[in-house]
Amino acid sequence: MNNIRLVFIFFLSLISLLGCNDESIVSLSEHSVIYCAEGSPETFNPQLITSGTTIDATSNQLYDRLITYQGKENTLTPAIAKSWHITHDGKNITFYLRKDVPFHHTDYFTPSRFLNADDVIFSFNRILNIEHPFHLVSGGSYPFFQNINLGELVEKIEKINNYTIRFHLSHADSSFLANLATDFSVILSAEYADQLTKKNSKANIDTHPIGTGPFKLKEYRVGSFIRFYRHEQYWREPAKIEQLVFDITPSNTGRLTKLLAKECDVTAYPIAHRKIEQHNSLTLEAVTALNVGYLGFNVKKPPFDNKLVRQAISYAINKKVLLEMVYQGKAELANSILPNTSWAFDDSIPEQEYNPILAKNLLEVAGLSQGFTMDLWAMPVQRPYNPNAITMAKLIQADLNAIGIEVNIVSYEWSTFLNRLKLGEHQSFLLGWSADNPDPDNFFSPMLSCSATHTGSNTTFWCNQAYDDIIQQALQTTNTSLRKKYYAQAMNILAQELPLIPIAHSKRYQARDNRVVGNILAAFGGISFYHVTKSTSLKKNIKTKTDNSGNSTNIGNN
Amino acid sequence: MLIFTLRRLNLFIFTMLALTLLSFSLSFLFPGDSIINISGAINATPSQLIEIQKAYQTDDNIFWQYIAYLKHIIQGELGISMASQSEISTEILNLLPATIELSLVALFIAMFFGIPLGFIAAIKHNKPADNIILSVSMVGYSIPVFWLGLLAILIFSINLGWLPSAGQISLLFEIKLITGIQFIDILLSDSPYKWQAFSDATLHIILPACVIAVAPATIFIRLARTSMIEVLGTNYIRAASAKGLTFQQIIFRHAIRNSLIKIIRHVGLQFANLVTIAMVTEVIFSWPGIGRWLIESIYQRDYTAIQSGLLVLSCFIFIVHILTDFIYAALNPLARGSKYGS
Repeated sequence: MNNIRLVFIFFLSLISLLGCNDESIVSLSEHSVIYCAEGSPETFNPQLITSGTTIDATSNQLYDRLITYQGKENTLTPAIAKSWHITHDGKNITFYLRKDVPFHHTDYFTPSRFLNADDVIFSFNRILNIEHPFHLVSGGSYPFFQNINLGELVEKIEKINNYTIRFHLSHADSSFLANLATDFSVILSAEYADQLTKKNSKANIDTHPIGTGPFKLKEYRVGSFIRFYRHEQYWREPAKIEQLVFDITPSNTGRLTKLLAKECDVTAYPIAHRKIEQHNSLTLEAVTALNVGYLGFNVKKPPFDNKLVRQAISYAINKKVLLEMVYQGKAELANSILPNTSWAFDDSIPEQEYNPILAKNLLEVAGLSQGFTMDLWAMPVQRPYNPNAITMAKLIQADLNAIGIEVNIVSYEWSTFLNRLKLGEHQSFLLGWSADNPDPDNFFSPMLSCSATHTGSNTTFWCNQAYDDIIQQALQTTNTSLRKKYYAQAMNILAQELPLIPIAHSKRYQARDNRVVGNILAAFGGISFYHVTKSTSLKKNIKTKTDNSGNSTNIGNN
Repeated sequence: MLIFTLRRLNLFIFTMLALTLLSFSLSFLFPGDSIINISGAINATPSQLIEIQKAYQTDDNIFWQYIAYLKHIIQGELGISMASQSEISTEILNLLPATIELSLVALFIAMFFGIPLGFIAAIKHNKPADNIILSVSMVGYSIPVFWLGLLAILIFSINLGWLPSAGQISLLFEIKLITGIQFIDILLSDSPYKWQAFSDATLHIILPACVIAVAPATIFIRLARTSMIEVLGTNYIRAASAKGLTFQQIIFRHAIRNSLIKIIRHVGLQFANLVTIAMVTEVIFSWPGIGRWLIESIYQRDYTAIQSGLLVLSCFIFIVHILTDFIYAALNPLARGSKYGS
């Protein structure tokens, strides 16, 4: 009997323990944010990868860049470099570094000095110089920098003094600064690298990261969680939360459950949007990503060598239905190849109206009033810019049938599909483009320039000298308002010529508890928890209906 | 008692031999090279591979290979995981305590509710209370655990928001891994949030432990009921009641003690059942235990991990089985005389 009594006493004391601690739990969770991430990072060095999951976990949390983007327009602003200067020929760029940037102080490294020119030179030489002692650590592959051909562009990096460095370029390139501001171009610690070389454990530089960012790595358990602590000596104001935990939950339903059960404060790529919207204490956010899904024409093949036919088709397609059916409303209607989150976006471009009658008239003018048969190539895989190309092709088939055009849907295995597109075997095709950096040139040159018809990234085979001249001029100047004008002209040409019909810019979603305040999502690149705060009291969320479809989404980037 | 102990040890050694023989033969039965299956060294360089082959004596006949394998196991070398390339023995040592913790709590809950209910059913034999308890236990026994787990999450975590749905403890609490048993680690830690961590861990364990406990609890109900009915029918109970003891005195002084002994014999058996249920439950509740790890290894075709995981898990269950036998023998002198291990 005594035993049973003891057990009861134990239980009672346990229950009372649970009851009385609520207040202090609040104090810990008030300073901490748990983020349910969709996967584990491959490494802690963003120079080495292009995967979004890794960028999310590392770039903006652990590191800083020389310069960064700011605001809705994504203008370049100083970061570690307090200012920079470009010579008239655009070939020499000098950066003046801040003198008060401390590195992380962690269990495995204690910095003895502030960031200086050596760190910046180390970070870039690791990528550029094949003989650099750290180049081959972690495989020697720097995919982002190899894609933009940084090795050819940068001739050398010169140390002027301890806090001044100069990049010598082989030719002027106005997207160079944009590339330096991407999530990939982070600054590592040269002092830490030296220390690792002495200890003969160079690989640690990418697994036990040291950066200057607002958070430092405390603990990482593969496949389970990443724990960050605030970097107290951060050169800007320290982050408002003390602890940031990435709870790695690959299962979609798992993340939803944790969000609903309040085990996560913020969750990546949520499912069941309606369910989240119905919840009073949760907010669903979306940001339009820098990508575009489009319907392209092979302008070398009839009947699409005729501009009128292309225009007719653009009038005949009901994009709103495509958005609803293919993207389930998780995308924004595209009027041009640039999404509205790009600084070069031009509001003046009119929305393409859906008008089958006008389309029929145009076909008549083109001499095709009795209709024709065409092939439409639909990509076989799911991509952010087009989650289901086959369904989209079927909807387009129905739309075009209404104006007397018969559509055959063609699909191949993905690599065959791309290879045959490059050979120009197609008449029309559904494809898309995701940008690597917010520089608008990333959309204009690789997708539609004449030179891109040779490299195979412009599969419309549309080559327009006026367009090419404009985008070249835009690259040679660094004046943003001038560039914006050039790109507006280029977009006008595209709207007239229609080598392709932009359909949608897909969105990236995120759900959060209303107690978490501050921007996390960005239009491109990784998330950032630097500006996040947590309020103690739960404020009731007043929702605003944004459109008639009933989607109430707060765009994160306002 | 000495002979009894020796018998159990004997049984243990032979069962372990049979188990190692099984796990050894698995490396030949799994697809791929047996030496890689057994060591997990998929990325080994040719020179490393030769070393491994030497260590496992692949040039000798199968008997010596088995002996070499046994030597490795005795030294605690279970190979490396094919998926993560880390030592399987350290992985298991980190994960097994979590499973033990969960299973023990579940066992405690199952006994705490199952046995008294069984006694009540037996005392109210053939009355409505008996029927209700029996039908409820039948329902509890029939519910599949994966469904029950999901239902519990839906009701208690999502709709009511009372209990957390995943993990051992909120990730906010930073508890150093010392023993692997969360509650002990929390008490050993010097975190200023120790007591919140403790209550948070308690909240986390309630849901999975209760889900696991349902099926064994129903079995304890039936066991307790049968053994109580049996005890109540014995002559010494009749004698006690003839002596004029009240019903309560009879139940608490004589009946419960004697029927409990019979139940304890079955605890070991039930524990094996319980660990199986725990493995599925660990997946549902993302509990960082060995069951989830083993199921993930199966998905990843990590043969080395499957092999060693099975060996360790069955060894663990067997040890528990023997321990309950000892407890039973200590409580019941009659059992010590029994000749055969069971």
